[in-house]
Amino acid sequence: MDAVKVIEIKKSVYESNDREADKLREELRSKGIFLLNLMSSPGSGKTTTLKATINRMKYTHNIGVMEADIDSDVDAIAIAKETGVKSIQLHTGGMCHLDAGMTRQGLDELIDGKVDFAILENVGNLVCPAEFDTGATKNAMILSVPEGDDKPLKYPLMFSICDVVLINKIDVMPYFDFNLEKCKENIKLRNPNAKVIPICAKTGEGVDEFVKWLEEEIRINKG
Amino acid sequence: MHELGVVFHIIDDVTAVGRENNLTGISSVTLQLGKVSTVIPEYLTDCWNWAVKKTDLLKEAELIIEPIEAISFCEDCKTSFDTIENGKTCPNCGSTHTFLQQGNEFMIKEISGS
Repeated sequence: MDAVKVIEIKKSVYESNDREADKLREELRSKGIFLLNLMSSPGSGKTTTLKATINRMKYTHNIGVMEADIDSDVDAIAIAKETGVKSIQLHTGGMCHLDAGMTRQGLDELIDGKVDFAILENVGNLVCPAEFDTGATKNAMILSVPEGDDKPLKYPLMFSICDVVLINKIDVMPYFDFNLEKCKENIKLRNPNAKVIPICAKTGEGVDEFVKWLEEEIRINKG
Repeated sequence: MHELGVVFHIIDDVTAVGRENNLTGISSVTLQLGKVSTVIPEYLTDCWNWAVKKTDLLKEAELIIEPIEAISFCEDCKTSFDTIENGKTCPNCGSTHTFLQQGNEFMIKEISGS
């Protein structure tokens, strides 16, 4: 038997994924495709927010949606039925997040030469998706009022990687001990550059401001 | 939280290194894991033992985890302190102007094989 060799590697576990993500982001940019990675905990209103956003933007953009879940296709069906845009379901096979490789596979199926605004609805989870760069052009997250204004303190990494934070369900704020100013301060503490937009996906309040932000970022990505 | 996902990433990475070095079997993989890296060593080992059995190169590979202490630094009184015991608040002066110096690492250190 050969002698045992020790080979030094000394690299971060996340490094390969980060490299893959940077490659994907650059490829998308060169093709003029904008990819939004939307994250949040389960039940914060990702799908409802997407429906409201897509219905405002679908006449000016070719939108495609990837729904990532551990199981079921309820979200993909809901998006397709209520917005009419192309929507596919990705199953993570028990995994709590998507990585750049899985995102690329999904995009291969989603992008048929027409889609120029792709949206990834990530698995509902405030921990794992923050560790894995998907290669998205921009990261967005939703924090809903019932979850509490202290979440930026409890899940700092998620808030620190997001370009925009939507605070959803503001219509129920009177019924919860949710302090919007305190929440904004907590987000600033983790990420001074994050844009914070209070919305109510159900009534449509604030959604126009999110659309405005998206339009500007899409314009910048096209160069 | 995402131990199974990272196990697959580690297997991919060390398999590539093993092949480059013409190894026929990898006997151990050593990781350096910070104590506030959000990865739980026991779960990681469980996922590892399940996942490596499905591979050729790594089926006998033992996972060795070297922990890295979590240490924060206070910008106001310029002292270091244990992050797990004290969180973001400096035990010396009570300031919250502190940052993590080490403890969120998750590195593949080395592999051994023949």
